[in-house]
Amino acid sequence: MPMLDLLSGFVNELRNAGLPVSLTENLDAMEAIRFIPLEDRDAFKFALGSTLIKNGSHWNAFETIFEVYFSYRGPEYLIDNDAELDDLMQSLREQMDQGKGDGGGGGGDSQNQLLMALMQGDQMMMRQVAKQSVERYAGMEPGRPVGGTYYLYRTLRNLGLEEMPEKLMDELRKQSDDELSPMEERLHKDEFDDRIDKFKKEVEAEIRRRLVADRGAEAMAKTLRKPLPEDVEFMHANRDEMQHLKKALQPLTQKLAARLARKRRRGRRGPLDFRNTVRHSLTYGGVPLEPKFRAPRASKPELIVVADISGSVAAFARFTLMLVYAIQNQFSKVRSFVFIDGVDEVTDYFKGVDDVSEAIVRVNNEADVVWVDGHSDYGHAFETFWERYGKGISSKSTVLLLGDARNNYHASQSWVVKEIKKKAKRVYWLNPEPRSYWNTGDSIVGEYAAHADGLYECRNLRQLEQFVEKLA
Amino acid sequence: MTFRFESVDQVRQGLREVDYLADDGIASVAFLAERLGKPVLVEGPAGTGKTQLAKSVAELTGARLIRLQCYEGLDESKALYEWNYKKQLLRIQADKNSDSWNEVHDDIFSEEFLLTRPLLEAIRSDDPVVLLIDEVDRVEVETEALLLEILSEYQVSIPELGTITAKQIPLVFLTSNNTRELSEALKRRCLFLHVDYPDMDREKQIVLTKVKGISEHLADQVARIVRSIRQLDLKKAPSVSETLDWARTLVLLGIDNVDIEQAKETLHILLKYQSDIAKAAKELSNEK
Repeated sequence: MPMLDLLSGFVNELRNAGLPVSLTENLDAMEAIRFIPLEDRDAFKFALGSTLIKNGSHWNAFETIFEVYFSYRGPEYLIDNDAELDDLMQSLREQMDQGKGDGGGGGGDSQNQLLMALMQGDQMMMRQVAKQSVERYAGMEPGRPVGGTYYLYRTLRNLGLEEMPEKLMDELRKQSDDELSPMEERLHKDEFDDRIDKFKKEVEAEIRRRLVADRGAEAMAKTLRKPLPEDVEFMHANRDEMQHLKKALQPLTQKLAARLARKRRRGRRGPLDFRNTVRHSLTYGGVPLEPKFRAPRASKPELIVVADISGSVAAFARFTLMLVYAIQNQFSKVRSFVFIDGVDEVTDYFKGVDDVSEAIVRVNNEADVVWVDGHSDYGHAFETFWERYGKGISSKSTVLLLGDARNNYHASQSWVVKEIKKKAKRVYWLNPEPRSYWNTGDSIVGEYAAHADGLYECRNLRQLEQFVEKLA
Repeated sequence: MTFRFESVDQVRQGLREVDYLADDGIASVAFLAERLGKPVLVEGPAGTGKTQLAKSVAELTGARLIRLQCYEGLDESKALYEWNYKKQLLRIQADKNSDSWNEVHDDIFSEEFLLTRPLLEAIRSDDPVVLLIDEVDRVEVETEALLLEILSEYQVSIPELGTITAKQIPLVFLTSNNTRELSEALKRRCLFLHVDYPDMDREKQIVLTKVKGISEHLADQVARIVRSIRQLDLKKAPSVSETLDWARTLVLLGIDNVDIEQAKETLHILLKYQSDIAKAAKELSNEK
């Protein structure tokens, strides 16, 4: 395929994945690759990256798409062309034989080879083992419409990667003469984790390579598309995505705080200061030429957060609390409550702590939120909240209710929301579920939201950020 | 037009000679910046060598480094140019007796009365320069607009004088700690480079090049401990410069093999928050 077509397909895919690429940036990219020898794949990648991607958190998405489009086209990637691989495997086997005769046991060849490769941390060897294991265990068949994760799972399970860290540590203890100090153990463990991570990436890359060879780049790019961190859904994020989310949250809160502070500082002028204007008019012979204004009084709302922290929506509550506390100086006071079927105040956990995530851990472990069985009961939780803490709500308070309102068919007690609404300045309900799921099954969000000032969908960081900015 | 660099590798080599260890991304982007004549926007956490990159490129190319430190409230008269009012006033007073008004009126807006600030200076310079616009995310969005003309056209328009075009295209580096989103217009004009913490091997190499008299073993240990610490959930992860400070301290203390006690005693050089130090100490002792 000519370069130009390939590149425009690539840019198209970037846009489809939600990365903003402007026309000038596209032209810049074409200009840039003129200066880069095509063999130099890394330089080529950065030439495209630096011209097309202008946001650090988009880099992951870019890399995936780049790999699909540009990594697997060279002749060296033709499958079944692995003389080199055989050589390497041969030498590996020899090393193993020398290493220990008793090796053997379950798991078989590949596991030991992997152990060896990880022990030595040799990138080339790891790559070869990855290639071989995918060939052996993934059971990939051409034309089969199965996603990459399935093959990844099969390969890794067959290799027993779960037990690998323990095995590596045992092997290390066997090899070293002295007792390892706790710190050394820790460092070695981190090193092994790092290598295993690299190995996993190799396996993933290998599977992707085969899938692309089978189905073509365009089709694969679509299935491999990863959401940007700000678009990841709270309720369905996997562990990796959670990590990315967490990483994305901090700069986001910083930016939000800076933006709000700036807005406050240069907000519009306050009301006319009559006295001052008259005083100044004396300089102009009594003509009020120069109107004077009072400095604007920033009205900071008092915020009360009431969050459901039961399993399905826990991540959402966590991120919202983190975001709210990160910008808490935008509010005169923040009080927070968490509930499942019982309710507890957790404001104190956040006091004087400089690490919000630590406080969140405490909230999850220590808050007394279980009343009967630990299944969401919004009705009972709200009722208790009203009895115990209802007095704390004043006309200055803004109340945020967080949750999916899946009430397990308990009584809704929606009168509480109505009462809160009467006392508070504003009541909002934030729901992490997609709009189309609302009021289906045991979700009764509509019943509660009827009494609230607003009901918002907050599925991802982007939506959450938008809401919080409006709030402050 | 001649270029200073032949290839990406040459950039990498060159930077290594001035003690800056570039990874693939840094070398490629620096190379492209010169080829395309485009500014580079370097973004990343504090203390990962963003500013140092500009300095090292300047040293490597033998160019003069002109630095504009950004801050909130930076304006035209501090960044671009300013008229020297006092001198203009003197000029008018000196001519009090003659009546050549026309002459004076043209005269006081000539180059003689122009005070150049970093941006204009970079453009007017005859010798090659590297322009470093540091922490560009600190200026307000409106002030960013000041930069746009110079970054895309390498020229400055002064109403009284006309347009001043660059005699040579300077290499421009903008750094940002990403405390706010920069405007699309600015980003579009730049090559984007995200500099993150180096991986363990590169960090070890950095420690070896930058810290005098450190043994290979200690450098390895330092890099590994720092990597483990960075994986923790900290308020402020240790930067490369803090790693270097720590390594220097260890060398000064005559330590060649860090054990847990020594590590705990010196952690405050690496980490700046008490809660972080406590957390790292606990994790390193491998307590459950």
